[in-house]
Amino acid sequence: MALNIMQLATMFADKHPGITSGHRLCPGCAAPNVAKFALMTAEALGYTPVVGFSTGCMEVSTTIYPYTAWNVPYIHNAFENVAATVSGVETAYRALLKKGRLVDPNKKYAFFAFGGDGGTYDIGLQALSGAVERGHKFIYIVYDNEGYMNTGNQRSGATPPGSQTTTQPVGKKLSGKIQLKKNIVEIMAAHENVYVATVSTSEPMDFFKKIEKALNFDGPSFIAAMSPCVRFWRVNDDKAVEISKLAVETGYWPLYEVERGVYRVTKKVKELKPVREFIEKQGRFRPLLKRPDADEIINELQEYVTSRWERLLALEEATKDKPIR
Amino acid sequence: MPEVKNRQAVTGAQAIANAMRQINPDVVAAYPITPQTPVVEYFAQFVADGVVETEMIPVESEHSAMSAVVGAAAAGARAMTATAANGLALMHEIVYIAASSRLPIVMAVANRALSGPINIHCDHSDAMAERDSGWIQLWAENAQEAYDFTLMAIRIAEHEDVRLPVMVNFDGFIISHGVEVVDFLDDEVARKFVGEPKVMYPLLDTEHPVTHGPLDLYDYYFEHKRQQIEAMKHVKKVFKEVAEEFAKISGRKYDLLDKYKVDDAEYIMIALGSTAGTIKYTVDLLREEGHKVGVIKPQIFRPFPKNELQELLNGRKGVIVLDRAASFGAEAPLYEAVKSALYEVAVKPQIGSYVYGLGGRDIKIEHIRKAFEDAFSGNLIADEERYLGLRE
Repeated sequence: MALNIMQLATMFADKHPGITSGHRLCPGCAAPNVAKFALMTAEALGYTPVVGFSTGCMEVSTTIYPYTAWNVPYIHNAFENVAATVSGVETAYRALLKKGRLVDPNKKYAFFAFGGDGGTYDIGLQALSGAVERGHKFIYIVYDNEGYMNTGNQRSGATPPGSQTTTQPVGKKLSGKIQLKKNIVEIMAAHENVYVATVSTSEPMDFFKKIEKALNFDGPSFIAAMSPCVRFWRVNDDKAVEISKLAVETGYWPLYEVERGVYRVTKKVKELKPVREFIEKQGRFRPLLKRPDADEIINELQEYVTSRWERLLALEEATKDKPIR
Repeated sequence: MPEVKNRQAVTGAQAIANAMRQINPDVVAAYPITPQTPVVEYFAQFVADGVVETEMIPVESEHSAMSAVVGAAAAGARAMTATAANGLALMHEIVYIAASSRLPIVMAVANRALSGPINIHCDHSDAMAERDSGWIQLWAENAQEAYDFTLMAIRIAEHEDVRLPVMVNFDGFIISHGVEVVDFLDDEVARKFVGEPKVMYPLLDTEHPVTHGPLDLYDYYFEHKRQQIEAMKHVKKVFKEVAEEFAKISGRKYDLLDKYKVDDAEYIMIALGSTAGTIKYTVDLLREEGHKVGVIKPQIFRPFPKNELQELLNGRKGVIVLDRAASFGAEAPLYEAVKSALYEVAVKPQIGSYVYGLGGRDIKIEHIRKAFEDAFSGNLIADEERYLGLRE
């Protein structure tokens, strides 16, 4: 069943999709929409979502005791272990179903694990890799804002080169982070028996479809969502979707999926816009732009983005009827 | 006494794995680490053979083992794990979270020295590092107690007045790999004793969604800690009730303190775990020589049975505390707790601290005798930490 916007709009006109209003995330934050899109899709398809969250902005802003912004079962354990925690929840589900001790045996559960880029690319990678290797049926969603926002704009493995961060700032001598963003999507795709996709809230239909695919996939799924932090990226509160769109149009955040090794680019951008456009729209790159080596760094990023894009198209062609497992 | 139907020579690891088989937990998540590994191996075989209905999660680390067990217990499952030493240290962060979330998890700990330098043999530094994590700590002397305590631990952890996780400590290699005769309960009797899990606020009850592990700032955190403190206070009562019930089905009656020849003893040695057995033997030898000596083995270290110890130690001539762990820059943990308890008694005995057996160093009868002899000669100095079996 393919979902459409009207269906979802009607269904959730007077209903919260898992996360409710009244949370304390910053105005304009993209993260709650990542959760909303995922949980809406699950509910619309008849699933009851169970949510795990790793420590981070989204977790601390939605569950300040004695309040909670979640109207679905929710568990936070620690920073690096949401994949392991949800492994436990999912396994408990199977055990209790088998033993006839489940409270709602007729419900179709959907297990979600959410983490920021810090909890996913960095400290949580081991637990995530372990859980995916073991094949737990769950959907892991990283909301990628390219830094440690909970603690205030620190570098993560997802931070692009030249972005201003507090732990690797742009200075007189150094141009901030030197390394390119870690390619988490490919790392996860390399687990082979997995459905992996990138999404962006600027492309909701593509987002819904990929969640639907993940829900139907017989095994673990990993979804990487572009999720700008308007504070860290130094863009206006109403710009998260716009800047995400630009990330897709420049090829900085290509929309694609890998299903057991089979690549599919889901948004074929006819002509990629220059990455410079994406960079210049954000205040976090302002210190870089003042440096003499700015062009060098932007060119390097451009080269990477272009070659990755070409490589993705080639992989799509090469793998189309060759699932790896 | 009930008839013993199932007496077998087994290792401590087998004894615990068999307790787990009888418990038939819903979820076991574990990672192998010496000397805990055989517990997981035996149990994995039970899973593979379909002897238990448990779903096992062979995780990629101990950190994930504890994380998964927390997830499973929060979901409403009866969840267990086992570990040792560096594995327990890797779990450390989540060990606290398990207790703070009031999840009745039971974990067997094959006590082993913490690195570094790396060492795989027995001491108590791993468990002592978790002393203040909010877990109940039971300490077994032998395979029989390791088995019995594992069954009892489920009942204590899940009791509605407690709802705290329990660590069953058993000395690495000495108990885990040593073969002893163990009296097993009949499966049905054991199963009936542990009963059905008592689940509170399960995550999978979607009709009543709950938020587990919220952000808890200065306006409520303190109150929640206070509740944990209160829950710990209920443990002694619950331990005694569970022990009473366990005695009826096993004939083995446990108390907070295991007392051996203590009634008329002038000198009492206190130690945790398997060494108590060697001390008991030494006490018998010294008794033959006319010395009034005895042993107290705390079966539980957290909560600490302070009042019970005070009653027993008040007015004795000498108290010798043996620790298989050091506390750098302070007193050894068991000694510190005993000495602190003695501050409040009317007639204080002389007291001495002896650290022994670090990294698996043998503890021998002559070492224990030497410590007793210090006591007989009035040579116990409260402010002096001494070492047994150390080359100096």
